[in-house]
Amino acid sequence: MHPAFSVIFLTTLIGVGQGLFLALYTGQLYALANLLPAQSSNFYAVGSMVSLVLLFAGLIASFFHLGHPERAWRAATQWRTSWLSREVLALPAAMGLIFLYGTVHFFGLTKPLFVISGTLPVDFSLIIGGLGTLAVFGLFLCTAMIYASLRFIKAWYSPLTVANFLFLGIASGFMLASAFSAYQGNSLVGFYGTWAVIATLFGLLTRVATLYRNSHFRCKVDLKSAVGVHHSQLEQKAQGFMGGSFNTREFFHGKSQGLLNLIRYAFLLMVFAVPVILILLAYALESETLPLLAFGIQYLGLILERYHFFTEAQHPQNLYYQSMA
Amino acid sequence: MTQLALVIDLNVCVGCHACVTSCKEWNTSGWAGPLTDQRPYDADPTGVFFNRVQTYEAGVFPNTETYHFPKSCLHCEDPPCVPVCPTGASYKREDNGVVLVDYDKCIGCKYCSWACPYGAREFDEQQKVMKKCTLCIDRITDMSLPESERKPACVLACPTRARIYGDIHDPDSEVSVAIREQGGYPLQPEWGTKPSNHYLPRRKTRIQIHEDELVRVDNPLKKEALPTLPEAGETLDDVAW
Repeated sequence: MHPAFSVIFLTTLIGVGQGLFLALYTGQLYALANLLPAQSSNFYAVGSMVSLVLLFAGLIASFFHLGHPERAWRAATQWRTSWLSREVLALPAAMGLIFLYGTVHFFGLTKPLFVISGTLPVDFSLIIGGLGTLAVFGLFLCTAMIYASLRFIKAWYSPLTVANFLFLGIASGFMLASAFSAYQGNSLVGFYGTWAVIATLFGLLTRVATLYRNSHFRCKVDLKSAVGVHHSQLEQKAQGFMGGSFNTREFFHGKSQGLLNLIRYAFLLMVFAVPVILILLAYALESETLPLLAFGIQYLGLILERYHFFTEAQHPQNLYYQSMA
Repeated sequence: MTQLALVIDLNVCVGCHACVTSCKEWNTSGWAGPLTDQRPYDADPTGVFFNRVQTYEAGVFPNTETYHFPKSCLHCEDPPCVPVCPTGASYKREDNGVVLVDYDKCIGCKYCSWACPYGAREFDEQQKVMKKCTLCIDRITDMSLPESERKPACVLACPTRARIYGDIHDPDSEVSVAIREQGGYPLQPEWGTKPSNHYLPRRKTRIQIHEDELVRVDNPLKKEALPTLPEAGETLDDVAW
């Protein structure tokens, strides 16, 4: 498939935004259980704001993929059948809840509403954060299923696609949370950094498994089935045109194998190896800038990763555009 | 339930592209607006077509066969492009099974084209909507036309009658009989999309006949070489009872 940068930015930016929100809420839950020092409401409010900005940037990016962005509201109508439509609903839902979560913290509306078993004080932020977490996981699922539900594109048609979107989003979000904590100078850098490394390692596992899977399968259909001529020597002589068409532009990446190999090695280094090393270094050196660097490199790596994700996909329609005499 | 479809006979298609040009002509001047082209008279011309004719060659020279392969939307009975559409712009007509795009609802996200294994959909770069073969829906449903003309433009244009049009759910229709009796097959049946359009394979019409079957040995009316009587005299065959 031809990689569309609008979709690359959409999926990577909202992944970071969602991961960052999950990081904030996880931090709050740990603080509630007295496992971490409680943070100021400012920390959660600003963090939610950053998450919201990232999700909004992703939303803006997605509009560049549309031929008629002014009709985008229509995309909310087919949620019964279309994962794309479900994503269109899940994204604003998550954004709304994250906005509310930040607002509740900003105005300090965190007085407990009631206390469960005398130990667990429940306030607005806990409830809204819980709903936000559900929405964020739903959004991860919708975004990934857009690709994982296309049964003709075997490189995507796998639960691994969902796992990759989930782990890589969480990893980059926690990485940003770690950088954000380092910037704010609070003590959560190590906590977020640890979880970022764990999520990154899970992502490494599923992404490498995906790469292995995608280099070891054969497409279900071949040219004989596509044309219906079951001859052992069948070759295309003409495509029906000589100037190219939508079919030759949208479904071919047109990049050399050498460049794709380079991109693969680059993203494996930038998404997985380098950020983990930088986080470990930051922990050892107690550095405040290294987590930010780790996040920056991982995000750039994720752009390459998503680019490669598109080039991995072999569309069966390409069988009809193999050669021109 | 009616399921309108085309049956394309690869045995007689000569690859003249008359279906391509008549399709483009009809659909670019129709109610839905033009099928736009980019740089039509320049280097690297491109544009939207509903129908293309490709050419394949089977075998090794000199024992080759050339297949001209017209390729358009197959109007699947279970179209994978329809449920993925986020706006409902892609739909399958209930009354005749034609898969269509509502160009006023399409947001141009191209997701349906990703979901079609046949590459039957083409994005209009100028109007920014997805387009595809409509089976000339404005012709075939136009009751002001005589019935003989209520057919897709490509079918009317085909000089070798390689394109047959009709209802594949009616077992007695011309298309159903052709599929049944001449080995009609769908493309990429592995996916279970159940394409409505079918293709008829190459067929060789040869009869098994031997040389001696062409000349009747015991032809009584044969004048050229009257059979000579065997030396043994008359046989039972020569005796008239």
